[in-house]
Amino acid sequence: MMAPHLRRQIVVVGHGMVGHRFVTAAIERGLTETHDIVVVGEEPRPAYDRVALTSFFEVGADELSFLPEGEYDDPRVRLVLGTSVDGLDPETRAVLLSDGEAVHYDELVLATGAAPFVPPVPGHDLPGCFVYRTIEDLEAIREAAATARVGAVIGGGLLGLEAANALHQLGLETHVVELAPRLMAVQVDEAGGRTLGRHIEGLGLTVHTGAMTERILGTTRVEGLALKDEDEIPAEVVVFSAGIRPRDALARGAGLELAERGGVLVDERCRSSDPHVWAIGECAAPAGRMYGLVAPGYAMAEVVVDALLGGAGAFTGADMSTKLKLLGVDVASFGDAHATTPDCLELVYSDAVAGIYKKLVISEDGTRLLGGVLVGDASAYGVLRPMATSGLPLPDNPEELILPVSSGAGMSLPAEAQVCSCNDVAKGEIEAAAEGGCEDVAAVSKETRAGTTCGSCKPQVKKIVEDWFAAQGKSVDKSLCEHFAMTRAELFDVVLIHGYRSFDEIVEAHGTGRGCDVCKPAVASILASQVNHHVLERGNRALQDTNDAYLANIQRNGTYSVVPRIPGGEITPEKLIVIGEVARDFGLYTKITGGQRIDLFGARMEQLPAIWRRLVDAGFESGHAYGKALRTVKSCVGSTWCRYGVQDSVGLAILLELRYRGLRSPHKLKGGVSGCARECAEARAKDFGIIATEKGWNLYVGGNGGAVPAHARLLAGDLTTEEVVRYLDRYLMYYIRTADRLQRTAAWIDSLEGGLDRVREVVVDDVLGLGSELEAAMAKHVAGYFDEWRATLEDPDKLARFVSFVNAPETPDPNIDFGVTRGQIVPEVHDGPVSLGPVELGATIPVGEPR
Amino acid sequence: MSGSRTSTYVAVCRVDDIEPETGVAALVGGEAVAVFRTYDGEVFALSNYDPFSHASVLARGIVGTRAGEPFVASPIHKQAFGLRTGQCLDDAAVRVPTYDVRVVDGTVQVGGARQ
Repeated sequence: MMAPHLRRQIVVVGHGMVGHRFVTAAIERGLTETHDIVVVGEEPRPAYDRVALTSFFEVGADELSFLPEGEYDDPRVRLVLGTSVDGLDPETRAVLLSDGEAVHYDELVLATGAAPFVPPVPGHDLPGCFVYRTIEDLEAIREAAATARVGAVIGGGLLGLEAANALHQLGLETHVVELAPRLMAVQVDEAGGRTLGRHIEGLGLTVHTGAMTERILGTTRVEGLALKDEDEIPAEVVVFSAGIRPRDALARGAGLELAERGGVLVDERCRSSDPHVWAIGECAAPAGRMYGLVAPGYAMAEVVVDALLGGAGAFTGADMSTKLKLLGVDVASFGDAHATTPDCLELVYSDAVAGIYKKLVISEDGTRLLGGVLVGDASAYGVLRPMATSGLPLPDNPEELILPVSSGAGMSLPAEAQVCSCNDVAKGEIEAAAEGGCEDVAAVSKETRAGTTCGSCKPQVKKIVEDWFAAQGKSVDKSLCEHFAMTRAELFDVVLIHGYRSFDEIVEAHGTGRGCDVCKPAVASILASQVNHHVLERGNRALQDTNDAYLANIQRNGTYSVVPRIPGGEITPEKLIVIGEVARDFGLYTKITGGQRIDLFGARMEQLPAIWRRLVDAGFESGHAYGKALRTVKSCVGSTWCRYGVQDSVGLAILLELRYRGLRSPHKLKGGVSGCARECAEARAKDFGIIATEKGWNLYVGGNGGAVPAHARLLAGDLTTEEVVRYLDRYLMYYIRTADRLQRTAAWIDSLEGGLDRVREVVVDDVLGLGSELEAAMAKHVAGYFDEWRATLEDPDKLARFVSFVNAPETPDPNIDFGVTRGQIVPEVHDGPVSLGPVELGATIPVGEPR
Repeated sequence: MSGSRTSTYVAVCRVDDIEPETGVAALVGGEAVAVFRTYDGEVFALSNYDPFSHASVLARGIVGTRAGEPFVASPIHKQAFGLRTGQCLDDAAVRVPTYDVRVVDGTVQVGGARQ
């Protein structure tokens, strides 16, 4: 590293998506080895995903944040938030912050973004008028919507429709007012705009196109809109979304050159007229043109990092293709969408009934795809956009690319075709990542960033990775193992359809060989989910993983730990004492678990029945800590005791834990219930989490601690307890039926086409009509539940296996030894097998008995 | 199944005491030996000691086949060991001792460790 006094300083003005991308690229590419970076952000919070702003109401600010920890993991980057930059002096190379601090820079990067354009109509500044750009804007809109009935959005472009979606979500009767003759005039053509308009009206919104807003009505606050040649619209909330303007005031004040239509004029290295000032993102105008999308902004950020490292990268224009889902409607536009190329041809597929419109723009000689518009079904976008931007030759029957059901999936792209436009990832880079050792799509995405910004190319990335593996003969083998050439979900269906009850039947009919440590536990889990028999039934117990085979958790020295169920973490003093007595009498190590129960370690296998007899007699039952099964439903103390609680979280947690106890699943399942928004139960770290609201419960799904932590996301809000149970029944059964083995719910949701939206469609909207079937399957589980430890104690055949040695049932294994740490036992490991020496067989050596 | 040399055999259990495709631990000469019964009714004996985890646990592993050959997966970290040879199928350098074993009149008898 350079000596500190030789280090240079970069100041970044603006901490939005593009400013953040600049900093992460600078750290990744080693620019911080030689430079300190000061980032000054005006908003009170670090950069967040503005593209997904509309989901703020659903997921909250934390989920959108790019930097939830509030700082970069590089001490050479200083992040200053809630502070604007008020002055720039290129002579002395200094910026003046709003808190009075003057900061020197060697290089200055302007990433100030853009501001919403508010047309100067009379009344535009009345209370009740909003713009749609920041989380604070959305918070203000939400507050105003709480007491409003009707809302209007001025502007029917991409952002305007996002804003309309937000008002619609907030329960307002929503109007969209657009000056142009159609919606999304920049991206789609007239027929596409009409199709989109019909979709949106079908959702209950009112669209006014070709409508000019003359005045905002009202005296002390907004009361409505006056339109030219149309009836007035009464509205208490008005959102302006009539375009954006680059925020170039700082550059203007410093005398830097600006583009004719605004924006800091920069060259193709993104350098302004001052050699030490750079501009990236929406505030910049490379070659005089401003780009209002995030992907070109990211590209500019990378170009400047490259330039500061001495590279030769250049920004030479961007692909303005767009694909998004607006109010549930797919809209995509790419290349020459408006057919402005001379003599080009148009190929149109339109189905007004289904609300689908697709247009391809083709070169005059019919050999090249120039661009297109897709409304209602944009599944072909992943193939069409790279085809247009890479100049791939058109197939002989180009109409097949847009006919129904075609997703163009059969088409192959050249290696240089850009698949992810947000992060500029070409097909070749995706394949290289697969070749370089990434074992699945998730790993490839992480490595290349493909699909990690807007997500529209995810299906395409998945297909490329799968095709690549297939071509290597590695076919992303979805086989469970060498014995079953099918996925767990397929196997689940096979077992369900045929009503199989044993591994032998299944492997004979659908597999080969005699199974292994992968397929046997998977089959055991599937049978347990469907048949609900005792996991230690004969013929069944040979399938169980060690933990299930002995109904306890094996530990490093071959002993087991024991976890009795403590539903919701609520326990009486009497029961606590029993656990303490059992631990003391058997000499067990005790530890409190993260799931609000007590784990007793160091039990020899042959001691397990005696330990459980004591526990069962005291009213305990199996906690299934050993199973891929429901573990616990953690709770905070809730409204019963807590002065902040609004619902009885303990009561619901106990209800749910008792309902789903014993449920075997592809992986362990954890739940949590919090009695208020303070979330003391950490429910959003669970596979299902419930958080109390004033009106009921919010249900979150797909949370995960572990190696890849994930916050649970909102499935449905303000539910009654009955609704929580119904949705959970469906969600859990849907997961059990369709997930891969050892796939937690977070990864499972990500793997579904459509992700969380798909889960919501199936669980809440019941689009597959599976709801009652899933509920019935869960009802069967609940009715069939029994405590498997009690049942084991009652069955001599099952108990017979709990012996240390088949020919010396009570002789402890000499390999098991303990030391003492902090007053409790700990395993002591031997470096090789330990022999007892010659022992007279049949003799009983009373060791390890309860005293 | 029997070794080429003479071995002193010790009866450890009835073959029916071992459920097919499971193992039991037996104490033979003071040592923990894992005795397995396959689906086809063959019986194998391995040291019960898992050289990876240093725990005496192999009898509790899942028994199955890899490419037709019977194996047991350690219950601790799933390393596979061929039942015929004791060879670890995931690490050519590791092998666990095998024992002579036979079934006489329905009784499983374990002999000495094979060299």
